Amino acid sequence: MDIDIRPVRDGIKEASDGNAGRNESTARPNDRANQFRSAKNGAVSNGVNLARMHSQNVNFYYGKSRALSNVNMNIHENKVTAIIGPSGCGKSTFIRLLNRMNDLIANSRLDGKIFLDGKDINAPGVDVVDIRRRVGMVFQKPNPFPKTILENISYGLEINGRKDSGFIRHKVIESLEKAALWNEVKNRLNDNALGLSGGQQQRLCIARCLAVEPEVILFDEPCASLDPISTKKIEELILELKKEYTIVIVTHNMQQAARVSDYTAFMYLGQLVEFGQTEKVFTVPKQKQTEEYLSGKFG
Amino acid sequence: MRKIKESIYKWLFTITAFASLAFLVGIVIVLFKEGIPILKYIDFFPFIFGESWYPTYEPPDYGILPLIAASFWVTIGAMVICVPLGIGTALYLHELAGEKQRAVLKPTVELLAAIPSIVFGFFGMIIVAPFIQRLLNIPTGLCAFTASLVLGIMAIPAVSSIAEDALSFVPRSFKEASFALGANRWQTLTKVVIPAAGSGISTSIILGMSRIVGETMTVLMVSGGAAVIPKSFFSPVRPMTSTIAAEMGEAVMGSAHYNALFAIGLLLFLITLVINLIAEIISRKYRLKLGLNR
Repeated sequence: MDIDIRPVRDGIKEASDGNAGRNESTARPNDRANQFRSAKNGAVSNGVNLARMHSQNVNFYYGKSRALSNVNMNIHENKVTAIIGPSGCGKSTFIRLLNRMNDLIANSRLDGKIFLDGKDINAPGVDVVDIRRRVGMVFQKPNPFPKTILENISYGLEINGRKDSGFIRHKVIESLEKAALWNEVKNRLNDNALGLSGGQQQRLCIARCLAVEPEVILFDEPCASLDPISTKKIEELILELKKEYTIVIVTHNMQQAARVSDYTAFMYLGQLVEFGQTEKVFTVPKQKQTEEYLSGKFG
Repeated sequence: MRKIKESIYKWLFTITAFASLAFLVGIVIVLFKEGIPILKYIDFFPFIFGESWYPTYEPPDYGILPLIAASFWVTIGAMVICVPLGIGTALYLHELAGEKQRAVLKPTVELLAAIPSIVFGFFGMIIVAPFIQRLLNIPTGLCAFTASLVLGIMAIPAVSSIAEDALSFVPRSFKEASFALGANRWQTLTKVVIPAAGSGISTSIILGMSRIVGETMTVLMVSGGAAVIPKSFFSPVRPMTSTIAAEMGEAVMGSAHYNALFAIGLLLFLITLVINLIAEIISRKYRLKLGLNR
């Protein structure tokens, strides 16, 4: 067993609230914090990190330049964790580490560990395909394949070896329904997905991701190229999806983080400056930098 | 002063741009003017489907079917060679090669394109043909097969460079989406990248074909030159291009033979025109499909 039993203690200086759950519950033993603890979301219990995912002393390098330094963060089950910060702060780099998308980047190096259910996802012998299936991703720009709507969704099932057409059909409908797209596309499943509007394409990408039954879904600025109405739909969808999935969202938009997330991480220059419940980060930030960023002094 | 300069530049470039249009129109006019009169001597169908080409006999025969058949077989044979090799090269360069292999291989393939066709012909005549002759124990190595082989090798860079462009036009985001769903490299390549680049790859094949159909010097040297309908792939043949090259020098200007050669040229022009149009249509469709401009 690979369970990490060390309490996340290192890097506390940078990530002042890296183990939010524990600090919350000891400092303010209010009802809500207790609720989190009993729902296994308190992250650290008896020295075992129970968060769905967590990173431990993560440093990441593109060639020689360091994009992340000493990031410790917990991703709690069935919650939305938002990562905010100015461009170049490392938030996209971080989220792409959670499903090993950065494996594809030449000359990059990861130092530190990332855990999914207590297991190191970069350990030798771990199948990257399995990690990516369990941790799905929705990208900044909607990127449906130039195939039909149906094929876009069945693709993930086929590559995972599901050939049964009845099952595929069922899964396609289910995923489209979950992504709130079914009613708009049910009569044109065989049309090219690139004919959909940007917002529809993004929901199709979400449906495509849902079809392979991930446990965690990563959203990398999912609304960056969408209009306000489409954005609103995606946000509503995220709130709906968190009932079943654990969600991480990177966003440029602070208001979006405030609207959809339960936890907020503020990153700056590759460091995790502050992490905590969204309400608290936005109303009583502990770090001066966080406050300045939120009030628009920089970024 | 600046204004005058500007308008001079404008006119200069307008003229240069339209020059190629003028050349094209001129060439087409000449082809029609000199080619069409062959119909005075022979009807259209006997010309195209006539089985004997004896332009200097008395009475002469102007049936170009043997020449068309020769071009057809040589082209098919060359495609069989250049398509798998060219596309394989493109896939390897684009998907599998590391930086080092790429650095060696890409310039090498480009250099292959830089070899003059006469050198290919030379190589085919001196090295390949005798080898084929000995290997297969046939009367002459100068035959459709040898021509296909040499032309096929010649056309590899044309196919591979366009196919590689097509592959590189496939947005990175498609690949990322595929990987993020848990696909491996092979699945991503066969199910996402190749279909997305499909029309671009077919364009590369078609343009490779147009290159082969129009190639003259090499086929003149290695195809054997017999203007009879080929009985097998290993018989000597005389494709349309090499017929023109070989006979234009001796045809009397304004004679029926002369007109016939122009008519063959016109036919070649029409064939490559159609091929290029198809390529253009496909590549335009493909841009639309990928959501690139227009």
